[in-house]
Amino acid sequence: MMMSVTENPNKRLKELADGVAEQIKKKKNPDVKLPIRTLSNTYFDEKSGLVRLGDKVSHRTYLNIAHTRKFMQTLMVASECKKIIDQNVTTSIRDLYYALKRTIPGTNENTVEDQSESDPIIEDLEAALDTLRERLHLQADRKGYIAGPLVVNDSGDKIDATKMGSSGWAIPSNVEPEMIKFEKCTADYVLVIEKDAVWQRLNQDKFWRDHNCLILTGKGQPARGCRRIINRLHNEMKLPVYVLTDADAWGYYIYSVIKQGSINLSFLSDRLGTPEAKFIGLTTQDVDKYDIPKNVTIKLNKGDIRRANEMMKYVWFKPKEWQHELRHMLKVNHKLELEALSSKGIKFITEKYLPRKIEEKDFLP
Amino acid sequence: MPENNGKIGTEIAPVGAREISISEFFEKNRHLLGYDNGIKALLIIVKEGVDNALDATEETRILPDVYVKVEELEKEKYKIIIKDNGPGIKKNQIPKIFGTLLYGSKFHRLRQSRGQQGLGISCAVLYSQLTTGEPTEVVSSTGDGKTHRYKLKIDVKKNQPMILEDNVIEGKDWHGLQMTFICEGTYREHKQSVLEYIKQTAISNPYANIIFDAPTGRFEFKRGVDKLPKEPKEIKPHLYGVEVGILHRMLKDTKARSLGGFLTSEFSRIGKTVAKELLKKAEIVDDKGEPFMMISPRKLTDSQVVSLVRAVKETKLMRPPTDCLSPLGMELIEEGMKKELNPEFVTAVTRPPAVYRGWPFQIEVGIAYAGSIDEPKFMRFANRVPLLYQSGSCAITKSISKTDWKRYGIQSEKMPTDPMAIFVHMASVWVPFTSESKEAIASYSIIIKEIKLALQEAARKLSIYLSGIRKAQYQAERKSIFERYAHETAVAISELTGRNADEIEADINELVKKNIKIMELSEQAKERIEKRTKTSIDEVSGKQEENAEPEEGEGESEEEKGD
Repeated sequence: MMMSVTENPNKRLKELADGVAEQIKKKKNPDVKLPIRTLSNTYFDEKSGLVRLGDKVSHRTYLNIAHTRKFMQTLMVASECKKIIDQNVTTSIRDLYYALKRTIPGTNENTVEDQSESDPIIEDLEAALDTLRERLHLQADRKGYIAGPLVVNDSGDKIDATKMGSSGWAIPSNVEPEMIKFEKCTADYVLVIEKDAVWQRLNQDKFWRDHNCLILTGKGQPARGCRRIINRLHNEMKLPVYVLTDADAWGYYIYSVIKQGSINLSFLSDRLGTPEAKFIGLTTQDVDKYDIPKNVTIKLNKGDIRRANEMMKYVWFKPKEWQHELRHMLKVNHKLELEALSSKGIKFITEKYLPRKIEEKDFLP
Repeated sequence: MPENNGKIGTEIAPVGAREISISEFFEKNRHLLGYDNGIKALLIIVKEGVDNALDATEETRILPDVYVKVEELEKEKYKIIIKDNGPGIKKNQIPKIFGTLLYGSKFHRLRQSRGQQGLGISCAVLYSQLTTGEPTEVVSSTGDGKTHRYKLKIDVKKNQPMILEDNVIEGKDWHGLQMTFICEGTYREHKQSVLEYIKQTAISNPYANIIFDAPTGRFEFKRGVDKLPKEPKEIKPHLYGVEVGILHRMLKDTKARSLGGFLTSEFSRIGKTVAKELLKKAEIVDDKGEPFMMISPRKLTDSQVVSLVRAVKETKLMRPPTDCLSPLGMELIEEGMKKELNPEFVTAVTRPPAVYRGWPFQIEVGIAYAGSIDEPKFMRFANRVPLLYQSGSCAITKSISKTDWKRYGIQSEKMPTDPMAIFVHMASVWVPFTSESKEAIASYSIIIKEIKLALQEAARKLSIYLSGIRKAQYQAERKSIFERYAHETAVAISELTGRNADEIEADINELVKKNIKIMELSEQAKERIEKRTKTSIDEVSGKQEENAEPEEGEGESEEEKGD
């Protein structure tokens, strides 16, 4: 079920500020109610397969020294958003940070010291107002590329993702339907690749043409635009989604964020998560299955071991296949990078590994 | 002078006085009375003079004006003048009081006063004449228009006054006493000096005006309050404090004809029933085995006296009356410390009276904190007289070091190390000094217990004040945070709602004011806090985190790096 999203958050912004103003007028300690966006207030919804936000709410109040500064920042961000919405322009979250930054009179303190202070406030407002960053006319840096048989209309420009050369089409920050419309898509599935270098290898080999698919990379942990377009391709174009990452805890976690959504943005899981996504590889079990030389594996370090143990406890890694893989990783005590497949020849990944995986439906859930 | 109560002329009055020839003894043993060295000699002479001046004025309910001068005549030779506005001394008493050792009224009566033995002032005369050969000059008037001026010495062999000059000056209308001593000594201004003695005297006698002309210049100690402490009453001795020797003497001297009469009239809190009970226990009985109340006091045998003293120890007697005590009271202690020490905070405690060996006593404690005080200072007083020597063997010092100061948030290494002055006063009709030089109070356990209780109570009050300051600091810090963000918050709300930003800002500031009550801090407290802000701000910010709601910070740290 899709969360209802406020189309024009201007009204909500004003309501929020009016509420605060009324409290102040009545000499009451003003507060802003914000959904708590931490692990303690997220749960895994087995039915939808998504990480969801619980209903715990925190009160950000003015007369609490731990909150006062953030309270001010919340209203400042809200006010700045209203301004840019009114002007019907879109700015980057970095622009917003600079628009807010000034020295508080009589102090050597700034209203915001760096962007890491303003970014979470934007997320707080999104969650509090049931809206999206994009609706607040904010965008982040682009990150992620796509190539394959897909034609989109990007604010009036028609873009054919088969004709984007070696770089592919850069996925914008805002990929909501009013910005990006899918005009034509003949692909059979979407292959999401953790690493840009591997994506380039696949693009060079025109893997997407030979296998009639879209190849997409988020360059590490994918940004919101990237996750949203995967979600839309799956939901609107009905494409299966396969994810290819390193065989290590970090890679598996990237997969889980694409699939179930993240804790921090759990209020957006409906839009950002793709529960039907499948994990195609790599796994540590592939080493035996595909006869990958042992000498290209990497020994687990302390952090890898700790992280793998933690992940075994996460609800969304509870399926027996994942438990088996994680245990196997700990047992053989090594991890594997995507590039390690090149030890079997430069085209091993495109000509042997991926086709066999897809043919045998050798996926992890 | 309305407060005289017609008592003018009674200074060092000769009620029941006796003469004891000990002048020669003193000549050879002057250290026993404290005349160990030149520095101490000057201190003791000034102290005896000032103590007498204060006793005399208080007894006649006069607000004391005391003038002291120490003038260097030549190397190690000084002239000391002490002058008061007391009742003066009657002409015929002057030679006896100044020219006879152990002549005095105070030894034989039980009333709280500074002097006790009638030894001090005549010793000063004797010391002067022994060291410089000079006589002591005494000028006195009882307010009858006649001023008597004596120059006298002591006949050491006979313990009698030797009058060198005696004249009367007519027509000068005043009352009081002026003494001039010329003696050997050394003048210093360290911790155990004339100056320190006068400073502390000004604290424990805030109703006195004291001017001190020192060789180094004039020091003025202005009167802080126009109120004398309540007048102490004389009492009879209590049997618990009476030992065999004293009882012997009293039995010999009494005017009572019967033992029963002796016990009920010469001691406090002894009625017929108790007297009978005592005699029965002491087995002083007549033929029929009844308590022998009618026996003549002089006919008691030595062993009967011993059994009587033993019987007293086995009998529960009513405590002595305590109206003989005149504590300073919290108000006077606080006033005295305030005016001389200029502290940031001062508090005082007066304990209820207690009894040691049959003697009533009362403990008072004052604590003055920070302000102009920059190091710990411990002041001991017995009947308002500062004790400057032998602090190590004094019950007061022992009690301070046995108190757990850290419990009250006060830094200490046995003795407190924070910048604070501790004032401890023992008021009693008979202060148990460890020696004749009256420098340290003996460590009876009940006395130590009382001092400790008073110290604890005062320390508790100080710790409440200090935690109040800490709270105030914390509140001030909170207020400044709330005020800091008011403007930007108001502007943002105004932009969002179209309301007036100035009004919103004013409302926020009012809201803050309404919600934060800050204890008004004194300028001194503010100054002290500023000096140590670094540490206290750390404390406050530590608290902030405790107060913070678990709004965020539990989340997975590596998420959303992609944005």
